[in-house]
Formats: sequence, C-alpha cells, structure tokens
Amino acid sequence: MSITGFFENVGSYTLLMKRVLTIPDRMREFFKDYFQEMYKLGVNSIWIVVIISFFIGAVIVMQIALNIASPMLPRFTVGAVSREIILLEFSSTIMCLILAGKVGSNISSEIGTMRITEQVDALDIMGVNSANYLIFPKITAFVSFMPVLVVFSMFMGIFGGYMICIFTGTPTVDTYVFGIQSFFREKLIWYSIVKSMLFGFIISSVSAYFGYSVKGGALDVGRASTDSVVINSVLILATDLVFTQLVLG
Amino acid sequence: MIVVKNLIKEFEGRMVLDDISTTFDRGAVNMIIGKSGSGKTVFLKCLIGLIKPSSGAILYDNENFLSMKSKEVKQLRRYMGVLFQGSALFDSKTVLENVMFPLDMFSRKNKRERQKRAEFCLERVNLSDAIDLYPSEISGGMMKRAAIARAIALNPKYLFCDEPNSGLDPKTAQLIDELIYDITKDFNMTTVVVSHDMNSVMNIGDHVIFFNEGIKEWDGTKSEVMNSDNQALNDFVFASDLFKKIKEADEIIAEKEEERVK
Ligand SMILES: Nc1ncnc2c1ncn2[C@@H]1O[C@H](COP(=O)(O)OP(=O)(O)O)[C@@H](O)[C@H]1O
Ligand SMILES: [Mg+2]
Repeated sequence: MSITGFFENVGSYTLLMKRVLTIPDRMREFFKDYFQEMYKLGVNSIWIVVIISFFIGAVIVMQIALNIASPMLPRFTVGAVSREIILLEFSSTIMCLILAGKVGSNISSEIGTMRITEQVDALDIMGVNSANYLIFPKITAFVSFMPVLVVFSMFMGIFGGYMICIFTGTPTVDTYVFGIQSFFREKLIWYSIVKSMLFGFIISSVSAYFGYSVKGGALDVGRASTDSVVINSVLILATDLVFTQLVLG
Repeated sequence: MIVVKNLIKEFEGRMVLDDISTTFDRGAVNMIIGKSGSGKTVFLKCLIGLIKPSSGAILYDNENFLSMKSKEVKQLRRYMGVLFQGSALFDSKTVLENVMFPLDMFSRKNKRERQKRAEFCLERVNLSDAIDLYPSEISGGMMKRAAIARAIALNPKYLFCDEPNSGLDPKTAQLIDELIYDITKDFNMTTVVVSHDMNSVMNIGDHVIFFNEGIKEWDGTKSEVMNSDNQALNDFVFASDLFKKIKEADEIIAEKEEERVK
C-alpha cells in the first residue's frame, strides 16, 4: 500500500463510519439484526475461544514452570506470572488476533458478497442507509459481546493451567492456586475487557470497511477478506502498544 | 414521467454517455437497447442515482433529481422500484421476508397488513408457493419474479429493470417480459427496461431507444425499429438470423402483394 493509498483508505474509512454510526431508522429491524449478529459473531466464537484459551493457558503454565525453576524464586510465582500474562495480554490481544481471523473474514466476505451481487445497491435504492443497516448491528453486537468472550478466555486459560498442575504436579495445585490469588489487582480485568472491546470495534469496523468497498467479482471478495485479516492484526498489535503505554505505563 | 436532458458521464476522461436527451412517459414500457458496453447500465444507474453523472439533468415529474437534497432523494426513492441484473435478493432472508423488507422499513402498517401486501405482490408474480424458500433454493426465473414482487411492494411510480431476462430460457424470459408489461399498465408506472434482447423489444417495447457507444443513435416505436434506415440500428437488430429472415419474409410478401395488385 502506498502512502497516498493509505491516507485514502483512512479517509474513506472515516467517511464510512460517519454513515455507520447513526441512529438506525427502524429500531425493530435493528434489534432483530443485533441479536442475530450477536449469535453469529459472538456465541459462535465461544468454542474457538474456549479451546484455544484452555491449551494456551496450559502451555503458558508449563513453560513458566520449566523456565523459572530456580531456587531463588518461590514456586507460587508460576501462578502469579501466568495469571498476569493471561489477564493482561493473552485474553485480550492474542484472542482478538484469532477473532480477527474468524470474525473479520466472516464480516468482510459477507458484506463483500452483498456488494458484488448488488444487494447493497438494492438497499441504497430503497432509501435505506445501507452502511448503517448492514454494519451498525455487527459492530454493536460484537463489541457488546466481547466482555463475555474475554471472561470465558480468562477462565479457560487459568483453568488450563490448573489442569496441567493436576497432571504434572509442578507446581502443585495448591501452590498454583495460591499464586493465582496473590497480588491480584481487579483493575487488570477491567483493563483487559476495555481493551478487547476496543479491539472488537477495530475488527468489526475495519473488516466491514474492506467488505463494503469491494469492487469486482468473487476473487476481489476473497482478497478483501484476506486484506482485512492482515490489516486488523497489524492494527490490533499497534493499538495494544499505545493502549498499554497510556493506561499502565 | 422522466425527462433526461443532455446527460453526460465520463469515466477518467472516457465518454461513456455522450449528451443523452430523452423522455420516458407514464404507463409505457421504455426500452433501452444496444450492444454490450454501450453504456446502458451506466445510464440506468445515473437515472436511479447510483452513479453521479458528469453533467445534465434528470427530471422526475419536473423535479430535478440531481439537485435534490438527500432528504428529498430519500423521499423520491420510496417511489422507485428497481430490478437488478442479478436480482439482488437478500441471501439471508426468505422470499417472503425479501418482499416484506421495503414494507418493514417504510410502511406504517401493522405486521399482518404488511404480510398481506407482500403475499399479494407474490401472488401477482405467481410465486405464492415459494414464499418460505431462500433465494439459493429457487431458480433464476423465480428469483427475478421475487425481485419484481419486492420492487412493486411499495407501489412505485417508477420501475427500472436491468436486463430482466438475461440468463433465462426463452419461455421464462417471455413470462418475465409480459409480467413487466402488465404491471406497468396495471399500476400506470413509468417503466425503463434495459435489454439487448430483440424478442423483448418486439414483445413489450412501447418506446425504444437505441444506444451505440454512449450515443443515443435512434429513438422510436417498436414498429419503426424493423424499418429504420439507421445503419447501426439495422446492424444490431438484424444481427440475429431470425430477425433477418422475418424481414426478408416481409419483403417477399410485400413484393407478392405488389405483383398481385398489378
Ligand atoms: N465504474 C466504472 N468505471 C469506469 N468505467 C466504467 C464503469 N462502469 C462502466 N464503465 C464502462 O462504461 C462502459 C459502458 O458499460 P455498461 O453501461 O455496463 O454497458 P452495458 O451497455 O453492457 O450495460 C463500458 O465500457 C464500461 O467499461
Ligand atoms: Mg449492462
């Protein structure tokens, strides 16, 4: 992407969001779509979040236990450090990278297909604000379901570590649980939830932008959906840096 | 009535529509014909406001569409029905939900009345037995009919169709043509149909406009189409063997008539 192309995209993204972020014409239609999207984008993502969080949580505990096996450090450090990693970065950032793949490509290919088959034009011609009608329910549904996914992810990550302690015994379950509870700051949970809602907004709006601006045929829909995953991942990581510096730094 | 005045559309310096002026009357099927790439779709999209023309005027019952505020445009669009080339039905909705959609968005009637209106429209296009199917489960001809039903749900004053019978077998194509013709007369609409199919022209074209490379080359009624001396139009009309033979047969009959008169 050239520099001018980049700024052009930022410009048209902003203009699109201006059309998206307005009060829907028909609340009844909006709520119908809102719950449908919540199911499609949110509820249907629970399983992947659960599975991945469980295994990554297990691996994090295992790695930390192996790598800080030092007599200088108390064993409960494993639990405390794993908890920080899971709450701070894994359950928000890494999980959103995964969701950028699943949800992002879903949104951009769905809207892109509607664009090339003239369904978006059909909406515009009826006098419906197509951007608002198609994209607003997706953004609101996904952002508002994000806390649920994060909480699932946190729980499953810590639970994965717990299972590893049961199987390997390093550290013992009691030590792990003690570690998890020590130096706990509730603030981090809120930090993580807010951060992931921000990422949820990025994922849903950016992939909708890519889908909405597709021109051409089926091949271009595929390209838009790949592009949206790549750009979303970069944006999430960059935002993570800035957000962490601003809030915790 | 729609009046188009000196409509010009350029794409990056390339003239796609070159100074088009014409009038579409109420209660008539106006057909725009021409080869692929002659600018028919671009013209239609200018009419309905999906493409902004470079210059010119489009008057909907004496109101200039191009200088309307977005609120007025929205208002006018309630009176436009559009049948897109690929039907453009919403994949995630059933046939009935598709037809109900414009009513759900714009009608103030209650749910039962809205559903009744949608069912009436579907009956009008003979699609009453497919109302619970999804677009992916019905044939191309049925999709077109469902799209027509959706287009007329809000009782439009203007109906626009882009290649309504492309990709259909001749029999179904004729049914769709007749449907468009009948509803135009029934509801006294201003209908604009884009087509490259001479059969449709002879079937339903009250007013025929011929486009050639972005220029309005010819304008007349369907009975004049066959006997025009415009070279480009003749090339287009008689590209199909069938129409060539019809014309030859006509000439032979005419000659024989002359001989008999002598
Ligand atoms: N968005 C666009 N940008 C640039 N050129 C276009 C665009 N849309 C159509 N054209 C060009 O305009 C010409 C007329 O196209 P079109 O109206 O689709 O033809 P048809 O008569 O087959 O419907 C074509 O040469 C096409 O390449
Ligand atoms: Mg065309």
